[in-house]
Amino acid sequence: MSSAPTREVARRVLAREFNDATFTFKESDDERAPVYVLLPTGERANRVFLVGTLTETEDVGEDAEYWQGRIVDPNGDTFFTYAGQYQPEAASMLRDLEPPAYVAVVGKPRTYETDEGEVNVSVRPESITTVDEATRDRWVVETAERTLDRIEHFTDETADGDEAIGDEYVAMAREEYDLPVENYRRAVVDALEGLEDAEADPEPEAAAD
Amino acid sequence: MTQTDLRTHAEEIHDQFEDRLDVSADDVEERLETLVEEYKVPLEEARRSVTNTYLDQAGMERDELGGGPGGGGGNETVQVADVDEPEQWVDLTAKVVELWEPRSDSVAQVGLLGDESGTIKFTKWAKSDLPSLEEGQVYHLKNVVTDEYQGRYSVKLNRTTGIEERDADIEVGDQDVTVEGALVDIQSGSGLIKRCPEEDCTRVLQNGRCSEHGEVEGEFDLRIKGVLDDGDEVTEVIFDQEATEALTGVELAEAKQMAMDALDTGVVADEMREDLLGRYYRVTGPTFGRYVLANETETLTDATDPETALIRARSI
Repeated sequence: MSSAPTREVARRVLAREFNDATFTFKESDDERAPVYVLLPTGERANRVFLVGTLTETEDVGEDAEYWQGRIVDPNGDTFFTYAGQYQPEAASMLRDLEPPAYVAVVGKPRTYETDEGEVNVSVRPESITTVDEATRDRWVVETAERTLDRIEHFTDETADGDEAIGDEYVAMAREEYDLPVENYRRAVVDALEGLEDAEADPEPEAAAD
Repeated sequence: MTQTDLRTHAEEIHDQFEDRLDVSADDVEERLETLVEEYKVPLEEARRSVTNTYLDQAGMERDELGGGPGGGGGNETVQVADVDEPEQWVDLTAKVVELWEPRSDSVAQVGLLGDESGTIKFTKWAKSDLPSLEEGQVYHLKNVVTDEYQGRYSVKLNRTTGIEERDADIEVGDQDVTVEGALVDIQSGSGLIKRCPEEDCTRVLQNGRCSEHGEVEGEFDLRIKGVLDDGDEVTEVIFDQEATEALTGVELAEAKQMAMDALDTGVVADEMREDLLGRYYRVTGPTFGRYVLANETETLTDATDPETALIRARSI
């Protein structure tokens, strides 16, 4: 059967966790080996899929165009996305879109260390499309479920104390981060409660599609 | 590799040819031994090579060999879904679900066999001189050979195949799969494409060229090669013209017009990406290699209830 390299799955992660995923690694020494960010809930991510509200776009390039998009999840946490000359379709989307709008982004996590030594995590988009509110809501619930899957796995793996952690990414997350997964459980609860409130008390139409 | 192994294989090959060739089991064993011991050829390959040598000598075709590897008449009776290896000799009890128009004179009948586990393509060669199979009839087929093409399995009936009608009916199983997820990619080779017009060739042209027939006047077609991703797994999905038209609402004629206006066929795929990427779909259809062929597609627009996830989140 086919031995084509398998495509990397697009992880679902809320912005609060994504922006904490500052540790990157490769699985081999090969120069072209994929780069992963380590999610604090103990999973590697080479691709993400996110849906949120595009609140602001700005050309932050100095010589060439380099577009920044701020995409906010239901908790008000922000995904930063950057597209330049090597992502022409995504760059032109960011140039043309009028915030606010619900957008779906498929992309690669990237990290960047600032002069102050802080590590920023962002998304380099493969595609950006406008979607409707129902798609956004579906993404929030799906992302909540996937995040809970990771949290449960993390908790199971670490239940017996420090010794018996079988999962290498859970072990890595324990090693590299000092971030309690409880933070991300709370982020999930907040995001879902936000959805419920919106349903109970429908807000006026946000971005028209 | 022990001598006993070689001897067993030699005797099996010998048995297959004893009616047609004057060769002793010792001769066969010597040939096998040379290949395996001296040339370090794997046994399976050695066996194949020796068998082919004798087939040539006897002027026989491979499918004239009774029993096949393993020898004797006792094949395993399998369900069609269990077929997962080419060149196995098996027996099946299955219903003729569909008969198709043979595309070549060398094929007497071609179609789909089914049992409780699913369906599988079959081919019956003209030269095998077998009785005609009828649609809707259940048969017990002895001595058919499995084959594989691009990850898809089929069985071939041959001269030695035994065909017995059975009275019982079979409820043919459904091999369709359903996948759900966000459409995260529309791959190259999607949108408005051109296919080779040569008979039996439907290859997609690259820059007006068919990899088999060279430069040809292509025929337009619509297709999407997409990737559905649910956060755990990715599935590649192919939408044929009908499925693509249903999904996008853009028909072939309209797509051609779009391409003509833009002087570029690429605009069709670009527009599809804009309309479809980042949305959720549920696709049902049969698998073809690593692909799912979309027979039914549903756009998931209904709001999902956050309540279940919320209860779960609060209980951790």
